[in-house]
Parts: sequence; C-alpha cells; structure tokens
Amino acid sequence: MKSAKLWSWVIFAIGVLYFLGPLLATVQFSLSIRRTGYSLDAYTNVLQSPVFQQTFLYSLTVGIAAIIVGLVIVVPAAYFVRLRAPQLRPIIEFVTLLPLIIPPIILVFGYIRLYNSSSILPLTNTDIGTNILLTLAYVALALPYMYRAVDTGLRTIDVQTLTEAANILGANTPTILLRVIFPNIIVAVLSGAFLTLAIVIGEFTMASLLNRQAFGVYMQNVGANRAFEPAALAVISFVITWAAMGAIQLLARFAPKTQRI
Amino acid sequence: MAEEFLRIENLVKTFGTNTVVKGANLSFNRGEFISLLGPSGCGKTTILRMIAGFERPTSGTILVEGKDITPLQPNQRKVGMVFQAYALFPNMNVADNVAFGLKIAGMPAEQRRARVEEMLNLIGLPAATYGSRFPFEMSGGQQQRVALARALAPKPRMLLLDEPLSALDAKIRVSLRQEIRAIQRDLGVTTIFVTHDQEEALSISDRIVVMSAGNVEQFDTPFQVYNKPATKFVATFVGTLNTLHATIVNASDRSVSVDGQVFRVADLPGGATNNAPLSLTMRPEAVSLGKPNGQDVVLNGKVSEVSFLGSVIRLKVDLGNNSLSLDTFNDTHTPPPGLDQPVQVSLNSSDILILPN
Repeated sequence: MKSAKLWSWVIFAIGVLYFLGPLLATVQFSLSIRRTGYSLDAYTNVLQSPVFQQTFLYSLTVGIAAIIVGLVIVVPAAYFVRLRAPQLRPIIEFVTLLPLIIPPIILVFGYIRLYNSSSILPLTNTDIGTNILLTLAYVALALPYMYRAVDTGLRTIDVQTLTEAANILGANTPTILLRVIFPNIIVAVLSGAFLTLAIVIGEFTMASLLNRQAFGVYMQNVGANRAFEPAALAVISFVITWAAMGAIQLLARFAPKTQRI
Repeated sequence: MAEEFLRIENLVKTFGTNTVVKGANLSFNRGEFISLLGPSGCGKTTILRMIAGFERPTSGTILVEGKDITPLQPNQRKVGMVFQAYALFPNMNVADNVAFGLKIAGMPAEQRRARVEEMLNLIGLPAATYGSRFPFEMSGGQQQRVALARALAPKPRMLLLDEPLSALDAKIRVSLRQEIRAIQRDLGVTTIFVTHDQEEALSISDRIVVMSAGNVEQFDTPFQVYNKPATKFVATFVGTLNTLHATIVNASDRSVSVDGQVFRVADLPGGATNNAPLSLTMRPEAVSLGKPNGQDVVLNGKVSEVSFLGSVIRLKVDLGNNSLSLDTFNDTHTPPPGLDQPVQVSLNSSDILILPN
C-alpha cells in the first residue's frame, strides 16, 4: 500500500519535471535579456512590434473564418450521418482523418497546383483569393478535430427523437439544426472551435508557402533572427492556448444542461 | 352518428423482407380515444409513425377528413405527438418548450405567452412556478406532462401518444393516464395511443385496436374486446384466460368432457364430431366457488394454489389434467379454502368461449 503510494508520487514528480522543466527554463531565459537581473524587455519588444499585432490579428481572423466555415460544413454533415446514414460513419471518419495522415506540405502543394494563376480557378492571383484558399486549407486541417468534437456532442443527445419532436411541431430541417441540435451540442462545438484556433494560430507551412503574413510565419522569422524574443513568444503562445482551454471550461459551465445532476 | 375523422386503407409497411404491417383497414371517429394494443413488434408503433409521417407506407393510404396525408411531410400534418422518452428540448425551459410549435407557426409573442400559460395550467404545472424550469430539473411525470402541453399547444387536429407512460413509475402511470384522458375529453381531440399494457388500453380507450404480428386482430370497445374476444390471441393477450382441453362426447346434444366430467356447452363450432378434441376458454371471474347462482356447469376439483391479491383472492383448482383459475372477492367473514381441499366450482355455459386458433 505505502510503497504503491510512494511510486505514484515518484511518477508524478517525473511528469512534473518533464513538462514544467523546459517551460520554466523558457520563462527564465525570456526574462534574461539584460545582463543583470530579470526584465520584461523581451515581452515589450514582442508585444509592441506592429508586425506581431498585424500577424496575430491576421491569424485570428483566418482562424475564426475557418471555424465558421468548418461548423457550417461539419455540423449538418455529422447530423445527417447520425440520423439518416449511420452505415456511412466509418467512411466519413476515415475521410476526416486524412488531413492527419497527409502532411500539410503535400496539401499545400496540391492546392497551389490546383488553384495557381494559370488554373481554371486562379485563387492565388489575388490577395483575397489566397486568403480564402488559406481559410479552406485550415478547415481541412482542423477537420479531424472538428468532426470528432461535433460527433461526440451529438452522441450525448437523442438526435432522432429530438428531431422528430421538433419536426412534428412544424419545424423544418434548418430550423431543427439551428434551434434544437446546435444549442444542445454547443460545448462540443466550442471545444472543436478552440482546437481549430489553436492549430491555426501557430500554423507555419501553409501560410508560408502561400506567402501570407501569418503569426506562425512571424514566429519563425523572430526565431531565426533574435535570441530572447522567441522565448517570450513561446510563453505568450502558451498563455493564449491555456486561456483558450480555460475558456472551454468556463463556457461549458454556462452551456444548457442536458442531464440531470 | 359519429363522424369519421381518420381512415386507414390497406396500409402495408415492409422493412427489407420483413412486413411489419400487413394491410390494416381502420376508421376512427372525431374525438375518439383509440388505443393500438399489442406485444412489441406487432406493428402498432409503425402505424403510429406512418400517421405522424416518420415512416412512408409501402402501400395504402391514410386519409384525414377524406384527404390523403401520405405525401405530406411530418411538419405539414398538424399533428401533436408525445414520445416515450419525453423528448423535451434540453436547451429550453418549460415555457419555451411549450411555445416552440407556436413560435414556428408564427404566433405573436403576446398571444404565445397567453397560450403557454393556458396549457401549463391545463396540465397542472402553473407557469409562475414551473415556466422557467429546465427539463433536467423535473421528474419524469412532470416532463411527460410538459411534453403533452407542448404537443397540444398548437391545437393539433389529432394527438399521437407513443407509449408515453412506459418510462414512468406505476403510481404516476395510473394518475397520468387518467389525467391524459380527462384533458383529451375536455379538448375533444382525436387521440391515438400506442401501448403494450392491456390494462392501460382497457381503462382509457373508447375503442381498442388489438394487433399481433402485423395484423389487426380485433377493433372494438374495451367491453367487447374483453368479453367477446374475436380470436384466441386477443383472448389470451387481454386479461387472464383459462384454457381447458376437452373432448366432445356427443356433438348432437353438445356435451363435452373435461377430465371425465361431462357437461353441456352453449354452442359447438360447425362440423364438430364425437371424440374430437376441443379447447374451452373462460375468464377467471366467470368461475365461482360453489354454486351460488344456479350456474349450469359444475366441476369438482381440489385447491392447488391460493394467491391473495387484496380485494380479490385467486384460486387455482386442479381438475385432473386440467387446472382452472378463479377469482373470488375477499370476504372478511369467510376465509378462503385451504390447499388440497376438495371444492366445487361452477360457471354458466354461456361464459365459455370456444375460439378459433
């Protein structure tokens, strides 16, 4: 009994060291820009840089656009698979996993070949076209997480009976999706949304090859040219990610309750 | 003369190679409370779902007030439905759940609020106390009442109830079914109630459709279904039934023998011959202990089982190879006979049912 407890503490301590050690080292390094004592200069440099603000805002905008487009595609798709074609689920699950198997570099070269300036749909000719292409690429990239999150949400409610109940009360399919299904899976949808955002914020390959001034590209630039600022940036990204996770937890608390407590 | 409201003609439903409804022909009157009764898998729920529009008939028509509704989508049928699993919208409070159908129909907010209040009063959950509660904060019985209010709020032309009481406790089940019946009588809405519980069907229906394996076995009032079952299936499924294996002694004077005891029956099926086997059936309450009212059939046996059911005592009497259950009222002054005690039982030959298999 006693030794079992001791061992669990040992394993816990190893885990803490493994995860927190590098993080603390990064924090310590990011604060050491001056020769004597700690300072927040690296952070002020980063946060005050107009490029940081521009690229971060750009990635945030693309991320939110990707979430909206992703939800519009994924929620109805997952809903219909559950309701009408459950036999298609293994196929759909496989398709949604493909972006995890195919490296982004392959995907982006495929996009460039398909949508280059001499193609039928020359999206890369204009800035707005390239932004749309990047957004759609991120929708594909986030598909495995988004689909799984939404599907898990749908599993917690009785999709068929709720659909029938709303249907017999006069509601059509868009109304059912918007008023009944969507509000009841909002927590799952939010976790899918934040995962998408976390992926998009730091993404480098696609943004770089499509020549977009995204946050990932900026981080790479800073990393290649500065010493202390990349550490500060890493810490900032951590804080943003944690804030997103915290927001999921917080929103879950306000979400409609579907079960008896 | 009652006015016909819903008519089902040659309704057939096939899933793959499995025919679950085999040509139903039924006609329901306006304001009637109809039960579809049968064991699970008999097709009763499928008929209800075809009326609601969730299943498309393989063939046949469903006419409401003379018009075929089979091409209509469920949301065009103006039908209210209550589900076994309540199916309240978890993200909405009670008032919003009841208002859902009204909102879809485009009723202005002020009227909507009044109608929701009216409906919640009708089901005994006043809006002031319960309106802002969420489904998960309520008991099963309360949730099902809200589901009833939600179904009735848009004034549907008929109400479909899909085993609405099956998920509830026994006590609530009885009180809620009486409440449903009272509300239905009040509003006069034609109601179709699916159940596998014969007691439920007998107690609240105007007429009962008894179904088995996709066929309609009988469609009649509870009184007729219980007392004059059309088929052996109806007789055994609805209520308890004694079956005695008899032999015809003499077809011309209608005398039969059960374990060597000879008596006469009121009627024999056509083409009956001497020494042919015959099944006689009767309800336990048709059989009396002793011979109190000059019954014309008397049998001797001995008590093999005594079950005390409260107001009624059910005895099992051994006649030899056959045995017979009978009910007697619990009379505080005469204790029931003991086990193995020889007894005389009697019944009227007119209470014996000889049913086609």
